[in-house]
Amino acid sequence: MKLDNYMKRKESRQKAVEYNFAFLDESAKKEIRRKILKAVAVPGYQVPFASRELPIAKGWGTGGLQITLSIIGSGDVLKVIDQGCDGSVNAVNIKKFIGRVTGVKTTTVTREATIIQTRHRIPEERMSEDQILVLQVPFPEALRMVEPSELETRRMHGEADYSRMWLYLYEDIVRYSEISIGARYPVTVNGRYIMDPSPIPRWDIPKLNMADTIYIFGAGREKRIYAVPPHTKVEPLEFEDFKFRVEDFTGAACRRCGSADTFLDEIIDEVSGRRIYQCSDTGQCDLSNGKIS
Amino acid sequence: MGYVAVKGGTEAIENAAKLLYYERIKGGTRPLKADQIREQLYLAVDRVMGEGSLYAPDLAALAIKQSAGDTFEASFMLRAYRATKPRVGYSIPQATTEIKVVRRISAAFKDIPGGQILGPTSDYTLRLLDFELLNDNQKTRKSYINNLFKGLRDVGPLPESFPRVIEIMRKEGLLTERAGNSGLDISGIYDVTRQSLTFPAGRSATLQSMARGETGGLLLLAYSNMRGYGDIHPTVGELRVGYVPVRIKHPYTSELYTVGEVKITEAEVIAKFTANDGSPKFTLGYGLCFGHNETKAISMAILDRAMQTEGKRMPSEDQEFVLSHIDGIDALGFCAHWKLPHYVTFQSDLDRLRKTRESDNLCGRGKAGIEK
Repeated sequence: MKLDNYMKRKESRQKAVEYNFAFLDESAKKEIRRKILKAVAVPGYQVPFASRELPIAKGWGTGGLQITLSIIGSGDVLKVIDQGCDGSVNAVNIKKFIGRVTGVKTTTVTREATIIQTRHRIPEERMSEDQILVLQVPFPEALRMVEPSELETRRMHGEADYSRMWLYLYEDIVRYSEISIGARYPVTVNGRYIMDPSPIPRWDIPKLNMADTIYIFGAGREKRIYAVPPHTKVEPLEFEDFKFRVEDFTGAACRRCGSADTFLDEIIDEVSGRRIYQCSDTGQCDLSNGKIS
Repeated sequence: MGYVAVKGGTEAIENAAKLLYYERIKGGTRPLKADQIREQLYLAVDRVMGEGSLYAPDLAALAIKQSAGDTFEASFMLRAYRATKPRVGYSIPQATTEIKVVRRISAAFKDIPGGQILGPTSDYTLRLLDFELLNDNQKTRKSYINNLFKGLRDVGPLPESFPRVIEIMRKEGLLTERAGNSGLDISGIYDVTRQSLTFPAGRSATLQSMARGETGGLLLLAYSNMRGYGDIHPTVGELRVGYVPVRIKHPYTSELYTVGEVKITEAEVIAKFTANDGSPKFTLGYGLCFGHNETKAISMAILDRAMQTEGKRMPSEDQEFVLSHIDGIDALGFCAHWKLPHYVTFQSDLDRLRKTRESDNLCGRGKAGIEK
């Protein structure tokens, strides 16, 4: 068919091209669900999958997005956050896309959501066993900082050969008197695999341990899926005399809701030039602030 | 320099999209039709089909229009469209001897069976701006075409098939043979669109990845090898551009049906190497991509050969390095994602930096830390 005819036909139908529910074709969803099952069966292990191209660019959450699209049903309630924020550009964009191809209800309230897709944060509110947290992952390989080759890192995981990772942490301490890893702090899952928890702050790492919720990680560009099932032990890498520590917000509180026990974004006040703070988790902040009851 | 945590932005995003649309249509010229792009910017269409991994000239033309000529974006749109289509089957392996040739040359032999056919090429043109084109119109086009064909004597049709140049060398035993698939068996063929790459990748996975690779990316790596970071001194054994049939097997009757044809560019480069027994031999590098894209096919062939180098030393010889970095859609997306907010990760880094400085002040750089 000539393109012009096609376009005319489209116009006459008064409707955009019709896509399958949740965009992906059914065989693609089936494959991804199978890979998720495998990931759940082997906690922390990176399962390769045939990542599809989505209308959102690789590196913008396509791994998480493919997981969400594969598991979402018409009765689900969706929340999407980017760096903790419901209104951030990427979150809005992804939520709009999923809404368009599924028609599901969306929310900004953590406890109302059945599926939460997130980039770089775990919500402050403890999530339940009825919820799924889908994390977008830029670098699925925690060992990449010590070894560039995929062939070699897969061998290292296979043999649980993690000496270079420990050495890296040790040398870091020698050099800086601190472990200098900020976000993306490596963890051991279920006493076996070292896993990249995605670039969540260290603040969120303890939430992974023995959670009620399932965490599914998707890396679209690198084509990997991995998972932390509920009630799984997740330990940050640390030494007996050099303990893992979360970000320090001593003396700081959110300027909107006053919380002193949440992860805070640092903002420079335009007028006074002073450092002020604001909750990174906007959904939680709105609740505390009484904006949503 | 301060940074501001921008919250919200739904409206801003929508306005940005509207502005993008407006940017393309705000000029006074007539709207560009997709079929004009398909016919007159056919090399862009070919490139987008190759990198977008979908042979669909009309859709590729639409993508180029929509992306205002950005081939990365256009290929990306085509790939995303592709993701909505189920894989209904596989076509039958097609020997490229059965090609409707548009162009076919060899740099290895002057006289080749079937003859050298230059076809439409810019290779020997002077790259001078043709100001006549500013007055391009139907009348001048018609008269050009009339002049071109006037008085042309009738030549016989081109042969239906062309023997491959490398067969000459193969007969003499100058080529190293590789085990490979033959005939109609596709069982051993990897499908990179349905399985993610693992390393070491097989030949079929390697060639598929390169066939959908970004032209510039392939060229960069191939160029690095031929320039000196590697030791492939290639000879283009044969370069073909033409149309090959796409055939499928009927699921019940097993009869073969031709369902269409695709334009392809195929390159076979020859490079010398010394075998383990000390005897010099030729090896082949193979490249094939959708559409007319000679730079890509040749680069692909050189990289195919480079990755067979024993004892890899250079980036272009390292299969994992090459295959992990040539996909334009992957690379574009990741490069663009740095524009997304990174407030949380940056905050986390900031915390580490301040802590490290504190420790420095307390106990001096280089000494063991103290638990606080």
